[in-house]
Amino acid sequence: MSAIENVAPEDQPVEAVPKRAMTIGSGTSFVVLLLLLIVPLFAKNFIIFQLTMLLIYGLAVLALNILTGGSGQFSLGQSAFYAVGAYTTAVLMEHLNINYALTLPIAGLVCFAFGFLFGQPALRLSGVYLALATFALATAMPQLLKLNFLEHWTGGVQGLVVTKPDAPFGLPMSQDMWLYYFTLAITLAIYIFSVNLLRSRSGRAFMAIRDNEIAASAMGVDVALYKTLAFGVSAGITGVAGGLGAIAVQFVAPDSYTITLAISLFLGMVVGGVGWLPGSIIGSAFIIFVPNIAEGISKGLSGAVFGVLLFLIIFLVPHGARQIAIVGQQLIGKLRKN
Amino acid sequence: MTCVGSRYAAISTALVLLAATGGNALAQKKYDSGASDSEIKIGNIMPYSGPASAYGVIGKTEAAYFRKINAEGGINGRKINFISYDDAYSPPKTVEQARKLVESDEVLVIFNSLGTTPNGAIRKYMNSNKVPQLFVASGASKWNEPKEFPWTMGWQPSYQSEARIYAKFLMQEKPDAKIGVLYQNDDFGRDYLKGLKDGLGAKAAMIVGEESYETSEPAIDGHVVKLKATGANVFISITTPKFAAQAMKKIAEIDWRPLQIVSNVSASVGGVIEPAGFENAQGLLSAAYAKDGADPRWDDDPGMKNFLEFLEKYYPEGNKIDGAVVYGYGAAQTMVKVLQMCGDDLTRENVMRQAANLKAFAPDTLLPGITINTSATDFAPIEQLQMMRFKGRKWELFGNIISGESSE
Repeated sequence: MSAIENVAPEDQPVEAVPKRAMTIGSGTSFVVLLLLLIVPLFAKNFIIFQLTMLLIYGLAVLALNILTGGSGQFSLGQSAFYAVGAYTTAVLMEHLNINYALTLPIAGLVCFAFGFLFGQPALRLSGVYLALATFALATAMPQLLKLNFLEHWTGGVQGLVVTKPDAPFGLPMSQDMWLYYFTLAITLAIYIFSVNLLRSRSGRAFMAIRDNEIAASAMGVDVALYKTLAFGVSAGITGVAGGLGAIAVQFVAPDSYTITLAISLFLGMVVGGVGWLPGSIIGSAFIIFVPNIAEGISKGLSGAVFGVLLFLIIFLVPHGARQIAIVGQQLIGKLRKN
Repeated sequence: MTCVGSRYAAISTALVLLAATGGNALAQKKYDSGASDSEIKIGNIMPYSGPASAYGVIGKTEAAYFRKINAEGGINGRKINFISYDDAYSPPKTVEQARKLVESDEVLVIFNSLGTTPNGAIRKYMNSNKVPQLFVASGASKWNEPKEFPWTMGWQPSYQSEARIYAKFLMQEKPDAKIGVLYQNDDFGRDYLKGLKDGLGAKAAMIVGEESYETSEPAIDGHVVKLKATGANVFISITTPKFAAQAMKKIAEIDWRPLQIVSNVSASVGGVIEPAGFENAQGLLSAAYAKDGADPRWDDDPGMKNFLEFLEKYYPEGNKIDGAVVYGYGAAQTMVKVLQMCGDDLTRENVMRQAANLKAFAPDTLLPGITINTSATDFAPIEQLQMMRFKGRKWELFGNIISGESSE
């Protein structure tokens, strides 16, 4: 009985995060932004590519963070939205010759609609049951992409090769560097949008639902609308990330968007700190670089090493990067007083 | 003044001499990034983790084989530095690892990376950067497109080659055949079906029934029953192991007695035939290109002796009956052969030129008579197979080595 109680959906599945604690101070933001702007100028193309992927997965983790950290709903189906975004971009670019920059808002809109619609039935579910429903979506997606009647567009199991765009206006930079700055600009825009969204009326509604659904509805929050809206926004941002991912990797195939991706994104969110938006980028770094480190330690047991590292993090800093950031801030505060 | 002049002349002569000899030395030894006087860097990408991790054994076998080559003095005095990364069979990760190998580790070639989709993801990148993507570990026929993708080459017989061999066999031995085909609805199944139809050519009407299944279907009984209803007397099973066993069992159940052919992918005795029942598999046909480590017939074969010796000394944890070990050994041996042929001209261009210039090369683990041949217009190293028939509890090879080369 107690085991069931433990996993049964609780009123408050996600720990309440006050909205000020969701962001970082302007000084720190400035330093991070400066680093993101300058580092690529001195890095090899391969590193720039990795940084681009870091931003892209960061966006996808951020989207999940809005959903889970903001409105308190779980999702293991983010890979499905990511796939839809990626395929939308790839199909528009390769079959209809639409400019890559224009495909991204379309990918975002398509995914927003998809997420909003999926949010409708999901309303009836909460906690682990919602996680399961989204899990089903993630497992179904790769097979849907292989369907025969879509093959003319999706390339079936063979996937689609996407052409990487050159820097516009004859700018003297490599394709990788241009794509990085392009991604950085979009990431920044979406980050600022997200921070403002969570500070707005809608954001407060999300958090009220997260903290206590009944109380929120008693206060006049339209619970159904805001829950589906959270799903839509999250899916839309994930779709943009997926589109960017397709351009950066230059390839889409059903095998790229399996449940493993959804779990990685979930992992990134937990490691970065649930509900702490800047943590998204740290979570993204974790899912990109830690498997490489684990592989460096032991090739045969890379999965086990990764598991041990993950376990250590959850055990030592259960609130992820946010906890480290808070401890850091307190230390600096103390030093200043002295 | 004359004194200064002559000194000047002497220095310039010396300089010219130096430049000339330097130039000579450069002409003899040519390197691209990844090769030097002491080392050749070879990159590789394998699914050591994830859904296809069983194939990771191939990468481990290759690493062991290169250890053996290094212990024996390397290739023309150069040691092989084999850098193998994990992509967990996820195409975006494959792209990241390929870029890491090419741009950060600066390897000379990427060799035998595994999987149709992962390799499809990096093919364009490899070709636009002119880095050899050699001996791709996948049976898709698309690695043999030297015109469009001059930097990509396969290794094993393609599914199409194998299917063409069955077509040849049927046209010779059973010209009145009515063929029922069951195929998996993905790149593997469709590639195969295309080969079969190409092989039959004008006689493609011999195929009286085609049924496809999805890997997500729990059972394929319905498809088998439908094929029986077409009146087919030959059943070709283009299936992966689980479904191959199911089909074989169902055929026995409904008392249908066609001539059965199963794809090499599902020719495993332990994985397919035993679960389906030995009594249901008598007379079953398939084709092979490599020696079977489980077959005692090869115990005295010199090639297999080399292989077993290698396993004992450099890779004791490798299982000789694991097809992936046999595979990795053969592929690594082909890579070493190409590098030996390159001599001191270790440029990427020359590696591709030599890889496309293999003539009658026979790795230890291929069936006797099967050799590797490539040319500037033929990027399919292994194209021959030998038919085999299941008898008692094991496969028996029969007939000649047949080439599945397309006549185009």
